[in-house]
Amino acid sequence: MSELLLPPEERYAKIIAEKRNEDGSELSVLNLGPTHPATHGIFQNILLMDGERILEAEPTVGYIHRAFEKISENRPFYQINVLTDRMNYCSSPINNFGWWMTVEKLLNIEVPKRAQYLRVIVMELARITDHLICNSILGVDTGAYTGFLYVFQFREKVYEIYEEICGARLTTNMGRIGGFERDWTPKAFELLEKFLEEFPPCWQEFENLFERNRIFIDRTVNVGPISAEKAMSYGFTGPNLRAAGIDYDVRVAQPYSSYEDFDFIVPVGKSGDTYDRFCVRNAEVWESLSIIRQALAKLPEGPIHADVPDYYLPPKEDVYNNMESLIYHFKIVMGEVPVPVAEIYHSVEGGNGELGFYLITDGSRTPYRLHFRRPCFIYYQAYPEMIKGAMLSDAIVILSSLNVIAGELDS
Amino acid sequence: MALETANIQERLSQKFGSSVFAFGMQRDIFTFEASPENLHEVIQFLKEDEELNFHFLTDLCGVHYPENDDDHQFAVVYLLHNWVENTRVCVKTYLNANPEVDTIIDLFLSANWMERETWDFYGIVFKGHPQLKRILNMDEMISFPMRKEFPMEDSGRTDKDDRFFGRTVSNKSTL
Repeated sequence: MSELLLPPEERYAKIIAEKRNEDGSELSVLNLGPTHPATHGIFQNILLMDGERILEAEPTVGYIHRAFEKISENRPFYQINVLTDRMNYCSSPINNFGWWMTVEKLLNIEVPKRAQYLRVIVMELARITDHLICNSILGVDTGAYTGFLYVFQFREKVYEIYEEICGARLTTNMGRIGGFERDWTPKAFELLEKFLEEFPPCWQEFENLFERNRIFIDRTVNVGPISAEKAMSYGFTGPNLRAAGIDYDVRVAQPYSSYEDFDFIVPVGKSGDTYDRFCVRNAEVWESLSIIRQALAKLPEGPIHADVPDYYLPPKEDVYNNMESLIYHFKIVMGEVPVPVAEIYHSVEGGNGELGFYLITDGSRTPYRLHFRRPCFIYYQAYPEMIKGAMLSDAIVILSSLNVIAGELDS
Repeated sequence: MALETANIQERLSQKFGSSVFAFGMQRDIFTFEASPENLHEVIQFLKEDEELNFHFLTDLCGVHYPENDDDHQFAVVYLLHNWVENTRVCVKTYLNANPEVDTIIDLFLSANWMERETWDFYGIVFKGHPQLKRILNMDEMISFPMRKEFPMEDSGRTDKDDRFFGRTVSNKSTL
């Protein structure tokens, strides 16, 4: 039997018994998590330590596994959207639209330009909040609480925009098959304009606070570096991959929702360390802001959803007054909509990497199989290697710079 | 020059003959099947061949097909991506009711947890995997919950008739 199959405590006990330091000191086992406040989520790592230095680590995942894939096999397509919310809950609209786009790809639905542009705006807002949380929490972990408190108010502002668009804040359940559930109110645009005005100076100040900060640089440069080859082999995507120097971005490689209409750059780092990851996220926030401005400037008029009565709920007053609408309404709510037999894969650039949906349908009301490619789950397995040889406090910094979200990790 | 699907097919057929088959497009992704005995070599060839260069493992997951014949009870799906040419390819391998396939951990480090997840939920054994144990479910679990026969809700419930509210055949059974 392979050594690795043993519980980590037993495995470590053997190493401790074998290895004694010359000065008589012993190695020790440290249980980090699962609910340590510094880990920002439910992550357990059982560490083998030599004083402050980490020799081995074994992560335990699955503490908040909720069997989304199993549930998906028993729910009609429109009910799966609420499950995607709860994966990466720092940027739920991206997950939502990723799922809708998968369904639209399955059903060959062409979404109107206006809806596509509005989706881009929301997805980029979600990316901003995602990176904002990640970077400001990284600041907290290195001892700078101020930055976090200062920028965090803007997550609230973004949530107010979400609230205006769809009524919900954290788990948004935004959009429908074919577009949006309703057009944006003037208030939503107003809030968005206000955000675009107030946020950039704040983000600039946040950047100034950290980017050339001696303490922050000492704590992050050369901490948890990963080479481009290693990152690729470990399945890194998103900002973490780009920090290692590879410019792969799904928005550019396989544009969806009209991303090809916008002009933006894909920031890349060089050494793949914590500092580079921080800088790449910072730069991406600026790019996201630029994309939102472009989308607003070019925003076309027109419908906010595709004309697909089979899948898109009719307006309520029609349901009450119109036989046909009532039938559609009933069929959609009961999940009895025509679905082709197919196997498709669709991916979007989520907050922390390529968020993919692998969907197999057999023509019935539920997916036959739905697999979520969750970027966190795939790159978190590099974590033990990245913290090997690092100090305990570095392990915390590396974890927050990777932006591992427990909900997505455990699905 | 983009990597043509005909090109991929030709190179694979040249090398492996009839053990790679069922080539076709599934929407925008070129898909084919490989026999489980050759799977490791096929993936290795896809990764290491200079022209094909599928150097990134995007996704790996299992599928259960209880209604298929005995040799096609399970499938493992590998999604590979060539970033340079921006081409994706999907390799499927069908397994029998005693599912076993070689691990590809030596080719892609990312396969480690994805294979563990597939083992955890489907009980598909990846031969040569150094740490094939449960990952998302608890270690004490004895069944494989993503198999179709595993009921999602308490099968003793009588207040809810699944014939009207969901998939019927495979949803209910004893376990």
